[in-house]
Amino acid sequence: MDLKKITSIALLITLVVGIQLTTQLTGTSYYLTQLTMTMYSCLLIIGLCLVMGYAGQISLGHAGFFAIGGYTSAALTTTNLLEALERGSGCVGLLNKMGLLVSSTSLFGEPMLTVHPWLACLLAIALTVLVAFAIGIPVLKLKGHYLAMATLGFGIIIYRIVLAVAFLGEADGISDVPGFTLLPGLTVNGDIGNRITNYYIAATILIIGFVLLLNLIDSRVGRALRAIHGAEDAADAMGINTARYKLYTFVISAVFAAVAGILLTHYTGGISPGDAGVMKSVRYVAIVAIGGMASLWGALSMGGLLNFLSLRGFFGSYDDAFFGAILILIMLFAPQGILRLSLWNKFKGGKKEVQ
Amino acid sequence: MSLELFSQYIFAGITYGIIYAIVAIGFNIIYNTTGIINFAQGEFVMLGGMTAISLNHFLPLPLAIISAVLFTMLMGGLIEIVFIRWLQKPSVLRLIIITIGISILSREAALHVWGDSVRALPYFTGNVVSSVDILGASISPQVLWVLAICYCLVIILSLFFKFTPLGREMQACAANRLAATLCGINAKNMVTFSFMLSAAIGAVAGCVVSPITSSQYDMGTGLAIKGFTVAVLGGLGNSMAAVAAGLLLGIIEAFSVGIGFPLAFQDAIAISILLIILFVRPHGLFGNKEAAGLKEF
Repeated sequence: MDLKKITSIALLITLVVGIQLTTQLTGTSYYLTQLTMTMYSCLLIIGLCLVMGYAGQISLGHAGFFAIGGYTSAALTTTNLLEALERGSGCVGLLNKMGLLVSSTSLFGEPMLTVHPWLACLLAIALTVLVAFAIGIPVLKLKGHYLAMATLGFGIIIYRIVLAVAFLGEADGISDVPGFTLLPGLTVNGDIGNRITNYYIAATILIIGFVLLLNLIDSRVGRALRAIHGAEDAADAMGINTARYKLYTFVISAVFAAVAGILLTHYTGGISPGDAGVMKSVRYVAIVAIGGMASLWGALSMGGLLNFLSLRGFFGSYDDAFFGAILILIMLFAPQGILRLSLWNKFKGGKKEVQ
Repeated sequence: MSLELFSQYIFAGITYGIIYAIVAIGFNIIYNTTGIINFAQGEFVMLGGMTAISLNHFLPLPLAIISAVLFTMLMGGLIEIVFIRWLQKPSVLRLIIITIGISILSREAALHVWGDSVRALPYFTGNVVSSVDILGASISPQVLWVLAICYCLVIILSLFFKFTPLGREMQACAANRLAATLCGINAKNMVTFSFMLSAAIGAVAGCVVSPITSSQYDMGTGLAIKGFTVAVLGGLGNSMAAVAAGLLLGIIEAFSVGIGFPLAFQDAIAISILLIILFVRPHGLFGNKEAAGLKEF
């Protein structure tokens, strides 16, 4: 980590703390709820930025990975296994002996036995990795329109599945998802009293993910990815295993999406088919495009700003239309992203020429 | 499965299949002249149907449909002129995102103009319950309208591309844009024409199918995906193969319902076929591998 990166991260942390203190002082701490949700979405967006900006592959199915993470975790932590245990299911019994199940009482006072959130989380991530590999190996051989359509198709299949499977709550989705105790005292849930803690949990996870990606793109892998983006055949000729790098990036970003899905689901206490919709995927792509594709900082800042405004209902019933319009405007007039408009470059003195 | 049931499914399959084929031909026309996949293709179908429904309140049905088709055609041309014509050597990613943006904007505009209610054009002849017996299957007269109009459309289109000067100029652009330009063909205008043409045939499909399937502001995405599946299945750019592929997909879907496949997963069939064909034979069932090798997959 060079000095510049450390100062930027330090500034970011200061900003996070500053926002929290400001809301505290002005008595507007209700903003923290939306900010927390925004930060989880940002986690997905920086992951997508890695695929789109650095590996140069479009993915119109990232809401699908978000849903795989969120739904798996939600289903496992809300399905009552008590009956299966009494029936003598060996698998459930084994899990129970290993202490991986938690007992609780439901809203109606019935005893519940569910999978521990940590186990659910790990299983959700494992499933995501599996699906990402299974989809990624064939899909990433495609280019351009075909890749876009194939990932779009993947997203729609996931949407159809969560909409049609009774176990996943069909059109209602899954609600009453319990909190996720990361460490004793640190629980991801939507309690008002727990708001500040949750804000910092989300910020910490987001910043850790962000630093990981920043380091990744400055590493050998990152340089290989940029070479692939620039000219795939040339990169291939230079001995870069393009297929493998593209696949790994895809899987990493799928995991980011799944983690965002898991944490956001535990935070808001539920997930619905809308979260897996195509429009969500398109929105993520829009935000990455606005941030300037190959710019993690752009993706992070635009993701933060636009998600927050959207969650505050700033765009009213024109929410989707706004994202559609901004998508077109950016692609027509500033395909390098809003932060790299020529005006902005002049303002910076045109010092740094970014390819 | 009895013969009646069998022919019932066949007819249902053909009806949907021909609609998919029309959408696929819309994709192909634009793809051939520009190399763009227009993600807003399904929105033309929606726009045609919805406009015709609104116009039908004060115009007789045939006039309403013709005006709706002309209106959609105009919109198609306008979209190309405003969003695509002036771009200089845009990258594929950029074009994909622009057409996705156009699709979202058209959908949202439709939502604000028409609301989210489900509407439908009246049946061209007869009504919901009237039916014709063919091979023991009860067929709505509207199905015959769909088949007749769509087959006429396919034939007219192929004649148009073969024999009219404009059609041949468009084909020349598709074959070799630079050579066409050198022969004095204005390639940019051809692109605009191709958008207008594919908007128009999308609108025709939207109108004829509206009495059967109803129209709604968000019907476009599903149709676009299936139309694209069909276009790829037949081999991108090949309109006649698209018709065969469209009928194939329509019949597969109809029979999947027939053998008790859950209706909720019906869309998943088309998409799975799309994914499989993209992975295994991206040049399509009827496509030529060598010719496809020149294209960017």
